Amino acid sequence: MTVAAKPLVDTARRPLEGGRRFSLDWLGAVPFLAYVALFLLLPTIIVVAGSFVGPTGLTLSNLTAMNKPFIVGAFVNSVVLSAASALIGAVLGAILAYALVTGNPNGVLRRLVVSASGVLAQFGGVTLAFAFIATIGLEGFITIWLKQHGIDIYGGGIWLFQLSGLLLVYTYFQIPLMVLVFLPALDGIRPQWREATESLGGATWDYWRYVAGPLLGPAFFGGTLLLFANAFSAYATAAALINQGSPIASLLIGNTLTSEVGLHQPGLASALALVMVVIVAIVMVLYTVLQQRTAKWLR
Amino acid sequence: MSWEHGIRRTAILAGALVLLTACGQTTSTTSAANAKSAADMGGMSALVAAAKKEGKLNIIAVPPDWANYGEIINGFTAKYGIPIDSANPNGSSQDEVNAVQQLAGTTRAPDVLDIGKAVTLANLNLYAPYKVQTWNDIPDSQKEPTGLWVQDYGGYMSIGYDSAKVPAITSLQDLLGSGFKGRIALNGDPTKANAALNGVMMASIANGGSPDDISKGVDFFHQLKVNGNFVPVQATTATVKNGTTPVVFDWDYLSAAHGVDVPTWKVFTPSSAILGDYYNQAVNKQAPHPAAARLWMEYLYSDAGQNAWLRGLARPVRMAAMKKAGTLDAAAAAKLAPVNGTPTFLTDAQATKAKDYLASHWAQAIG
Repeated sequence: MTVAAKPLVDTARRPLEGGRRFSLDWLGAVPFLAYVALFLLLPTIIVVAGSFVGPTGLTLSNLTAMNKPFIVGAFVNSVVLSAASALIGAVLGAILAYALVTGNPNGVLRRLVVSASGVLAQFGGVTLAFAFIATIGLEGFITIWLKQHGIDIYGGGIWLFQLSGLLLVYTYFQIPLMVLVFLPALDGIRPQWREATESLGGATWDYWRYVAGPLLGPAFFGGTLLLFANAFSAYATAAALINQGSPIASLLIGNTLTSEVGLHQPGLASALALVMVVIVAIVMVLYTVLQQRTAKWLR
Repeated sequence: MSWEHGIRRTAILAGALVLLTACGQTTSTTSAANAKSAADMGGMSALVAAAKKEGKLNIIAVPPDWANYGEIINGFTAKYGIPIDSANPNGSSQDEVNAVQQLAGTTRAPDVLDIGKAVTLANLNLYAPYKVQTWNDIPDSQKEPTGLWVQDYGGYMSIGYDSAKVPAITSLQDLLGSGFKGRIALNGDPTKANAALNGVMMASIANGGSPDDISKGVDFFHQLKVNGNFVPVQATTATVKNGTTPVVFDWDYLSAAHGVDVPTWKVFTPSSAILGDYYNQAVNKQAPHPAAARLWMEYLYSDAGQNAWLRGLARPVRMAAMKKAGTLDAAAAAKLAPVNGTPTFLTDAQATKAKDYLASHWAQAIG
């Protein structure tokens, strides 16, 4: 052992450390590790193993099937839908969050919007789909009311039960989620920095270009990636709205698991899930990298 | 090494206990779980007694408004005093099989299954062979020789519509017109649900396709979609009632049931494309209530059960024999829509060909 840099003043003398004594520090993490193993690792292993199993034993056919046009199409749709809803949600959510920050930090409005965001960000699935069907569905009360006033929102096609409808419904829970994840970053921005910019002769543009932009950028893109993963993995909302054609990956998995006309292929479902895992893993790695950059400024 | 002996002794004891409990279970239910007919159990009264002792029956994926199952469920409970737990009423046949596999060994596993052809044939290892007392009335082509599965009821693919909302339908070509904008639905996704697959197949046959060629049906629905007439919502009693799906491709017996909610509901079966199909009934090999499961089978294939299906406008499998014996509910039979022409039944190969085509073309056609 070499003593590289000894502190000049030894404020609190530590008790003698007994060399390589077996540490029990990790014991506290056991529940967490067990949870991760059970609910994250085990399912992943099952998915990976399952994607090599076919009706007659081990096979690669599930993975080679991934280039079939309808499967590629489902993934393309999933990625486009998730990216679009993430971008819309991120931009609108960021604007809303910025509006909140400029107001009174302890004001009623801010507390109201933050708690509402907390609820609405989790308001997905069948209930959300039903809310949309009941209001702007084919026989929804807003649809009918508009029709009575000469406006047919479905004149150009029944868009609610397609990808464009999903985009609208997803945005509904994406915006509040963005508010929640972006607010802390905005709160970390100090007014003094702006004053400093101005005292050094910087204009508003300079402040955003050289100070706030670089600080908030990673948080914004990190939030966008989180929103992407959120939309990419959504199933219940889509399943309740879209009943035909399984146009996105999560619905396609559901279909290969429950089809009663002989398209029941658990191996193919596992392979599809594996591709989804890979895509989400890439997104989450990017998210972690950005998160680390953001965290530096928010301490 | 006395501790090792101790462990060994405990292990032997434990093993003996397991054996004992296993024996205990088998003595009470062996006869029911392995009974291939009511006679194996010592007759109907013994079967009824054993079922009453189990005190429960689990069924799955049979909505009460599906082929009049509601009356059958109530009739069974009223007659034998055995309550029925009906799980996941809107599930698919594959959901039923998944439940059998995932809930195996629990008391919640389904006792009996009502499943479509493809799923039935793909899971033969899950069923217990059982021959109901009325076995000989069932045509040989409609049952597995050992009784692993038996066809139960069937009907013909039809187009049901609310005559108050859309013009009368006399041919499939009518559906392409502007009077049907945002009106026409299937009972599910044809890559997933048997009823929907047959809906597309019927459209194919009516449009110059054949049981070997479903592509014309896919083209037809693509055209409906392009014209803005296709509603991508699964038609259910609720969507028919609230008007979201005023035109539905579905089995005639399911469609006819909508008349209860919508008095102006009409059912049209095109004479150029009469496509029939039967569902199958099977007993779960690992049924948690083996006697009740077999008693349910007896009830379904009794005159009461068969006539209940008929009142639901489904065609029960013993229909011909009952007509001959004079036990058929003639008033209910008279309500069935007359079918002019020779019905087509898809063979296994044709159904496989159809689903393969749908898997790669359906999403594109209606996307």
